[in-house]
Amino acid sequence: MDFRHQDDPLLFQETVCDFLAKECTPEAVRATWQAPAGRSPELWKKLAEVGVTGLLVPEAQGGMGFDETTLVLLLEEAGRAALPAPLIATAAVAAPLLGEIGGALAEEWLPRIAAGEAVVAVGHPVSPFVEDAESADLLLLPSDDGALHAVARDEARITPQPANDPGRRIASVAFDARPATRVAEGARARTLLEAALDRGALGSAASALGVCDRLIAEAVAYTSERKQFGKPVGSFQAVKHMLANVKVKLEYARPVVWRAAWSVAHGSPNRATHVSMAKLAASEAAALGAKNALQAHGAIGYTWEQDLHLWMRRAWSLEQAWGRSPFHLGRVRRAVLEDGLPIGPGTTFLGGA
Amino acid sequence: MDLTYGERENEFRAEARAWLEANVPRDPLASFDTAEGARAHRAWEKRLNAGGWAMVPWPTEYGGRGANLLEWLVFEEEYYRARAPKRINQNGIFLLGPTIMEYGTPEQKARFLPKMASSEEVWAQGWSEPNAGSDMAAITTTAIRDGDHYVIQGQKTWASRGAFADWLFGMFRTDPESERHRGLTFILVPLDTPGVTVRPIAQLDGETGFAEVFFDGARVPVANRLGEEGQGWSVAMSTAGFERGLMLRSPARFQDTAARLVALLRENDAAASDAVRDDVVRCWMGAEAYTLETYRTVSRLLAGGKIGAEASLNKIFWSELDIRMHELALSILGDRGELLPEAPAADGVGGWLDSFLFALSGPIYAGTNEIQRNIVAERILGLPR
Repeated sequence: MDFRHQDDPLLFQETVCDFLAKECTPEAVRATWQAPAGRSPELWKKLAEVGVTGLLVPEAQGGMGFDETTLVLLLEEAGRAALPAPLIATAAVAAPLLGEIGGALAEEWLPRIAAGEAVVAVGHPVSPFVEDAESADLLLLPSDDGALHAVARDEARITPQPANDPGRRIASVAFDARPATRVAEGARARTLLEAALDRGALGSAASALGVCDRLIAEAVAYTSERKQFGKPVGSFQAVKHMLANVKVKLEYARPVVWRAAWSVAHGSPNRATHVSMAKLAASEAAALGAKNALQAHGAIGYTWEQDLHLWMRRAWSLEQAWGRSPFHLGRVRRAVLEDGLPIGPGTTFLGGA
Repeated sequence: MDLTYGERENEFRAEARAWLEANVPRDPLASFDTAEGARAHRAWEKRLNAGGWAMVPWPTEYGGRGANLLEWLVFEEEYYRARAPKRINQNGIFLLGPTIMEYGTPEQKARFLPKMASSEEVWAQGWSEPNAGSDMAAITTTAIRDGDHYVIQGQKTWASRGAFADWLFGMFRTDPESERHRGLTFILVPLDTPGVTVRPIAQLDGETGFAEVFFDGARVPVANRLGEEGQGWSVAMSTAGFERGLMLRSPARFQDTAARLVALLRENDAAASDAVRDDVVRCWMGAEAYTLETYRTVSRLLAGGKIGAEASLNKIFWSELDIRMHELALSILGDRGELLPEAPAADGVGGWLDSFLFALSGPIYAGTNEIQRNIVAERILGLPR
């Protein structure tokens, strides 16, 4: 039992943090909002050079061969920077999904993902929209009969759906399901899609941690400078307590996300429950962060010009992604109240009580 | 990262479970804040200590088993799983004990720790005074050096377990000219010292869980000083860190409450709304989050880390979770929610009201949650004072 990250993942996190602080400034984020499909191919390429896009891709296919416990550290940094890139869709969901599908499809696309030469989007019945469909070169999509299809971008009919967070790109996607596009069906397709959902939700939860942390940091920086009644407003207890509340939520969400990552990486039988717990905890922390950071800023936070809304919008959009809170709460409720998940002292980790 | 138990923890768990199954009293003991219950709890602690389970992380020479913090968590899980009695000497074993381990002389360790482990000596805490609550540095009770003794004059209040304890630990002003955090000294006081008067105070639940303690020229040997003269504040902070942080409220306590809450919901499911079901599930998730965070902290401590201001985050989290769980239990009980345990219609559910009343003290004791939020904001987030 050791609930700590090893040195390599932590060093990697630091590298990505420094990289994004330089390459993904608020100005760069805003510029990308205006770009075609809201994405920057240059930034994607650079992310690949750092090793982020192929983090979960095996080394044999040009990737880094890390697992989800490292991925969540990097996605936390993506959230901290409000990174407008298809990282969750492609690096967190599509890459391992392609690996599980295997065969020629994996051989073709995994090296391209690792090299930053391809974006792959994944659809799931949990949402009517597909993340990053517009910029995708390949789409992995469920059909109405529950099969899974690999659809080239020019075979998909993509209708962008402008949404509250300009950094999250979603679209409605239609396609003609043909035997030639089908990569899995029946129980196997179901298993693949369930795993994809858990990976997307885990990635969103991890990003929400970084978003929340950044919202606190922005509010602390602002209220330490801004003076009213002759004092920094951050010295008033009403403001302190509001931000301390966010910190409490964040610090009790982080280990939940880490544990979910471990459960995904190790195929725990409780994977789905752990992921839903992580998604709920991190979404709540980020939502409270958005609300309280805005309040701590006052009117200036309510402007388009102030950067605060980059993270506020991301906090909200991550809650929408890969199953909203009612969906995840429903999964946990069924596990605890109906499916007899062991609860009580000593049941947190397998092999305990 | 490795989230599986090793051979060592598994063996430890099996051993603890077997002993607890064979020894935990079948019927619950009376509350330790009653005279009868205090006796019964002391007897239980004696038995626990004879089995070597009173304070597992302590070195064997002081009555422990030299367990690491991870094994301590495992022991706590088994202890709550077995529904074993509450710990009457928690102020001693969980708070003062670790402080003596850090600041005590070899003589003090040998003198105090074994009798603490056996609960032959039960400890009360003496922090607050009538005019020093959240503002603990405002204490005025003096301990003036006179040869080999300190002569104590003044008053402590809200001394938990004061009514049935043998000893009290606390902070006293040894330099009467000093102000605030300076000039304070941590002293251990036998409550049978002439000049010490204990007046029990009935709490919200009607029991005498705490007391006022009056000092009128009480003479206490200098050998009872913990740490240096004038160093009291930092010694006290070490105790407070343990109280808010790790030891006092192990996650198993809240996991047990959450599991009992789920069971209560099941028994009353027909009357429960979806909103109540969701709230119960959220409470269970809260207890799990607290457990995960504690395992993370223990991993960090085992690797050489220290507990700092983040202990304040813990205290806010568990105390507010505890209230939420009990409010929810009372709401599930509906009309029976106001019944005392002895009410004929209570039918075994009256304990929820009792523990609800106790839960309400959580955000107050060990430093109010408002003070904890100040600490989080200033010392963790770096907001201006």
